[in-house]
Amino acid sequence: MKTRLWLIAGAAVAVAFASGCKPKGAQTAISGDAASKVYVAPGQHDEFYNIVSGGFNGQISVVGLPSGRVLKILPVFSVHPENGWGFSEETKPMLNTSHGFVPWDDLHHIAISTTNAEHDARWAFANANNTPRIARIDLTTFKTVEIIEIPNSSGNHSSPFITENTEYVVAGTRFSIPTGDDKDRDVPIDTYKENFRGTISFISVDKEHGDMDIAFQLEAPPFNFDLARAGKKKSHGWFFFSTYNTEMAHTLLEVNASQKDKDFIMAVNWKKAEEYIAAGKGKKVPSKYVHNKWDESTHTAISTIRNEVLSLDPKELKDIVYFIPCPKSPHGTDTDPTGEYIIGSGKLAAIIPVFSFTKMLAAIENKDFEGDINGMPVLKYESVLHGEVEKPGLGPLHTEFDGKGFAYTSMFVSSEIVKWNIETLQVVDRIPTYYSIGHLSIPGGPTGKPHGKYMVAYNKITKDRYLPTGPELAHSAQLYDISGDKMQLLLDFPTIGEPHYAEAFPASLIKDKQVKFYKLEENNHPHALKGINDARVERDGNQVHIYLTSIRSNFRPDNIEGIRVGDEVYFHMTNLEQDWDVPHGLAIKGANTAELLVMPGETSTLKWTPDRVGIFPFYCTDFCSALHQEMQGYIRVSPAGSNTPLKFSTGVAE
Amino acid sequence: MNNLSPSNRILAFIAAALMVSAYFTPLWQISLWAPQYPEGLNMKIWIDRLSGDIDIINGVNHYIGMKHIGVEMFPEFTYLIYVFGFIIGFGILTAIIAKRWALYTFFAMIILLGIGVLTDMYLWGYDYGHNLDQTAAIKVPGMAYQPPLIGYKELLNFIAYSGPDTGGWILGVSALLLTFAVFTEWRKKKKVASL
Repeated sequence: MKTRLWLIAGAAVAVAFASGCKPKGAQTAISGDAASKVYVAPGQHDEFYNIVSGGFNGQISVVGLPSGRVLKILPVFSVHPENGWGFSEETKPMLNTSHGFVPWDDLHHIAISTTNAEHDARWAFANANNTPRIARIDLTTFKTVEIIEIPNSSGNHSSPFITENTEYVVAGTRFSIPTGDDKDRDVPIDTYKENFRGTISFISVDKEHGDMDIAFQLEAPPFNFDLARAGKKKSHGWFFFSTYNTEMAHTLLEVNASQKDKDFIMAVNWKKAEEYIAAGKGKKVPSKYVHNKWDESTHTAISTIRNEVLSLDPKELKDIVYFIPCPKSPHGTDTDPTGEYIIGSGKLAAIIPVFSFTKMLAAIENKDFEGDINGMPVLKYESVLHGEVEKPGLGPLHTEFDGKGFAYTSMFVSSEIVKWNIETLQVVDRIPTYYSIGHLSIPGGPTGKPHGKYMVAYNKITKDRYLPTGPELAHSAQLYDISGDKMQLLLDFPTIGEPHYAEAFPASLIKDKQVKFYKLEENNHPHALKGINDARVERDGNQVHIYLTSIRSNFRPDNIEGIRVGDEVYFHMTNLEQDWDVPHGLAIKGANTAELLVMPGETSTLKWTPDRVGIFPFYCTDFCSALHQEMQGYIRVSPAGSNTPLKFSTGVAE
Repeated sequence: MNNLSPSNRILAFIAAALMVSAYFTPLWQISLWAPQYPEGLNMKIWIDRLSGDIDIINGVNHYIGMKHIGVEMFPEFTYLIYVFGFIIGFGILTAIIAKRWALYTFFAMIILLGIGVLTDMYLWGYDYGHNLDQTAAIKVPGMAYQPPLIGYKELLNFIAYSGPDTGGWILGVSALLLTFAVFTEWRKKKKVASL
């Protein structure tokens, strides 16, 4: 009996070991000559600009492809002491909101402007997820030039996606909330279904100058709106929004928002909405929000408060909104380059549904509805479906396109990218990512004209990819060559912040349009100086204005006396240089702000409140010339109420 | 027999006509390259003015104490237009009266103009390169910054080039045409004399 027991035990161990052979994982090795494909020789330029969201750093990274080199960190929603963004008097209004000055946000998605569904790369748009806003970045200066707040919204995640001629940028609420006046908003959380509302904002973009304005807000059911994509070409005029939590749960969403087999892709006919607005069907609703604009002529931002938005209610205004059932909490919704196919990535689904725009129109025409939500029709899944991609992998999130008939879907759970044929829905290739990919980006990938040469994976988990740096690690990215039948890993590189979405476009679109410096004669800053002779100091009560010039390698004035403790001192510094790449910085001991970094021809203001008596040096922080270390000055601070005369000079030896 | 051949009359006319380009094109250029200026800095000298990256060049030059370069510094810019006008007028006159002595004079004027301008530039270059502000930030013992008259020269971290620009080359063509005309007239005269 005992012997038999031992035998059984031995057999069990043998079986355990036999089946315990580790299954062979995906190949991690680099094949072929990957190094030469990403090598950009010294002095050479990358082929593509990659505009990458910084996630929780609130900034944008500008990266070159295929090298993966970071070219610039471009401040958008977060203060950036490096160049004084949010610290200088001129930039502070850019971060103003209806909640006051907000120094940080969470920037998730990028949209590069398009014309006829192709990148024109005039502007980049980016969303603030936390305090809902949309920013516009000028791609000739790589500077944030406009930020508009989105009222009646929380968690501006479904944003900033654009229509094919950049007519609109959209902003959908991730968190539905009660809106209206105080008593409408002060409601028990468990009255979610009755009192909470979603909104989708359509922000118009001026064709010439890019100026944004909230054209209208669509009322929507209190779902979570996740991502969006505009129709293009044949589907131009429509917008598709993915939704989850159609269960309308308000607690433990992990479970409660994952109950239904299908949520929806909300199709919005915005041309129809325009017709209703033209017919005067919109309703003006009081809503406070701010609109911040940067003026390149005065080098100053102005923040204005707006008090109402135009609201459209699709429950009453028919034919604007239709719902397409989509399996299991769809995350990404993406339209292919032809505009015919709409891909919904149900992050908990075992398949990827591909919808047909033609079929959708037919289903609407034939009233092929399976029900309605508050009077807005729900189309029949089968009537709109082109087909399903079988066994694509686990956790599909986002899809981009190569323009050669293939789609590339990121798989978070199975940590891979899957390439499949849009027509036949066959999976043709798959390649691992390191690890747990979120978004992916192909140059021109979301447009009607993708450049199917490279693809970047932006991952959520880094672990062992690079030299370890303690508990907090950089997020990893991988670059793949997708020019052939098989995807090929080329490069693995760390990124800044937490990249979510990114877009890339050919460098040739903008590299010759870059502003090199600002013309001094066009500087209309009220405190600008056009030459060294205007440098001066003026007192106005307890405010002292120092009109400061900087040119290699001196400040004028550089000896200042008669400042008192408690004065509000404003340094209005004009960089008089008129050449490329000669910024001057300004820093003063004890300032509770940051430095200024002033571009040639620009004027910028640093506020400083001296807190003690003494001599305070200030100096140039940007190594500007061989005599940079000589570029300095002294300020004498006397006690409050002292009568040290106001004096200023440069180069006067006494 | 002291008349010009028809072909040389035409050459004299063309030479004079080409010189009119001096009013519309830069005559001379000075370029500078340094590691920090891979794209180069360029200054163009016209008949009556300067153009190009003069402000940037002045900015760079102030470190070594070089005098400010500006149009107002050079009286030449006020009278060169008349000198050219006179020579062009004389060239056209030569074509009209078709006298050999006129051709020789016209030729001599152009050559003297060339020598005069080059000498003038050399003197200015010498002045700018040597008479430096004694309080300059960068002083290299024994170093002068006279730009090259023609060709390339290394000046500290800069490589300087000086040479004709479009208008200068056109003037050169004028001078060549006249040289040819003068040569043929001279040969003709010798032949006549030997007969």
